[in-house]
Amino acid sequence: MNKRNSVSNGVITAFLSILAIAFMVPIILVFMNSFKGQFYISKFPFEWPAGDRFVGIDNYMNGIVKSGFLSAMGYSFWITIASVLIIVILSAMTAWYITRRKSKLTGILYFAFVFSMIVPFQMVMYSMVYIANTLHLDNPVGIIFVYLGFGAGLAVFIFSGFVKGIPFEIEEAACIDGCNPLQTFFMVVFPLLKPTAITVAILQAMWVWNDYLLPYLLIGNKYKTIPVAVQGVLTGSYGARDMGSLMAMLVLAIIPIILFYLVGQKSILKGVIAGAVKG
Amino acid sequence: MLKTLKRYFPIFVLPTLAAFAISFIIPFIMGVYLSFSSFKTVKKTTWVGLDNYIKMFTMNSDFTKALIFTVEFTIISVITVNLFAFILAKFLTRGIKGTNLFRTVFFMPNLIGGIVLGYIWQLLINGVLRNFGVDITFSAKYGFWGLVILMNWQMIGYMMVIYIAGLQNIPDELIEAASIDGASSWQMLRKVTLPLIAPSITICTFLTLSNSFKLFDQNLSLTAGAPRNETRMLALDIYNTFYGRTGYAGVGQAKAVIFFLIVAIIGLLQLKVSRSKEVES
Repeated sequence: MNKRNSVSNGVITAFLSILAIAFMVPIILVFMNSFKGQFYISKFPFEWPAGDRFVGIDNYMNGIVKSGFLSAMGYSFWITIASVLIIVILSAMTAWYITRRKSKLTGILYFAFVFSMIVPFQMVMYSMVYIANTLHLDNPVGIIFVYLGFGAGLAVFIFSGFVKGIPFEIEEAACIDGCNPLQTFFMVVFPLLKPTAITVAILQAMWVWNDYLLPYLLIGNKYKTIPVAVQGVLTGSYGARDMGSLMAMLVLAIIPIILFYLVGQKSILKGVIAGAVKG
Repeated sequence: MLKTLKRYFPIFVLPTLAAFAISFIIPFIMGVYLSFSSFKTVKKTTWVGLDNYIKMFTMNSDFTKALIFTVEFTIISVITVNLFAFILAKFLTRGIKGTNLFRTVFFMPNLIGGIVLGYIWQLLINGVLRNFGVDITFSAKYGFWGLVILMNWQMIGYMMVIYIAGLQNIPDELIEAASIDGASSWQMLRKVTLPLIAPSITICTFLTLSNSFKLFDQNLSLTAGAPRNETRMLALDIYNTFYGRTGYAGVGQAKAVIFFLIVAIIGLLQLKVSRSKEVES
């Protein structure tokens, strides 16, 4: 606009650049330290990994073996992908049903789903673990069912909001053309819900991937996801605190997230904003 | 069509409902019951009335301490996160070069899980404190401010993108009209910008409030409550009461009920306050 404005824009750009670097420092620091020997990590965390301090990929080898990182990665990927797929499809179906078929029961259900969103996990944690154990859901397949139960609240809530915006006539037309409700849902309604489905999928993926307490309590003894494996590096029964392995595990835990972010940045930001506004 | 739909209840609703009942509805009801019981395993419970609720305050001061710590942490976090996020959002809606890159960087920490975040900051904070011959477990002050910094690092970018979306929705004409009328930038902020982004403020306050209040993973990995449980937040205190000592799960459940009630009340209050504000503007 004018000269004063461009000067202050320059100051702001400089400020933001410094801040952006500061924001990256913690991650860079962990990356640097993942190549350093144990002793140097706690003694000289800010030194560059060179000379004596440099240990190559030793930490990575140790950490991967100690924490069983590769299997943890496998479990994390499986649980996240399967849970998200199931939550998205089944919650969308449920949301469509309870929005279209108004009755006392569906009204109560909708209220219960919304209500579950404000209840902290600690409130149900103990009883849930007991019930899930009794029903033999304490394995990498059963936990997906549990995640469906916990994810349904937010997912049904978001989907319902969008189903209300779909004109009922479209579905009726499909029905007159001879579709049964399943066909109507998958051929007419679900395609219209696709943007919402992406929002829900992103929100749920971020939650399931990073979730610690639920997988730790339910399957943590036998099957470790990444957060559980990372937490186990220090607190496990391996004797001395192995900072080297921890640093390497942190780097390996961050890499998939950064890749996911770089690939899907646009949808992630859109999904997060839409989810926040709806929730 | 609605009539045929009814027959499809088992396909459309039942799977979700079954999962929801198992992970939420039944555990919730059981949880309320267990908070009035004494038990070692869920199979054998004895009704003890309000015993657990009395015990959680009388057996030691852990719960009260955790409550105070959590409230203090939440207040400071909500204020700092929202203030910084709003300032950054203002900077990133001026059309300066590199806006997208800045946004990408500031948002990224939000995607990293709490356990990982805690360890990242433990390394950094201990590295700095080392120069003074101490570490983060030396005093509760370090743990407190460490958590505040961590929370800011994690949440600022998230709140920033919500504020940016809100700011971009303000019509240009309004800003122009105000500046033609000779509004100073302070007046512009108070009378035009803030009322118009009231919905974003509501959302962000609520999100930071509930995320700070319910914080667990970060608390566990950054300090795990050290020193002497002084940096334990409510969620971690409840967890430790449940699993730390056998026979105290009932007290843990009672704490969880109180925790739930506080979260629910905050949520409802927040909703009411912000609703009335939005109508005014």
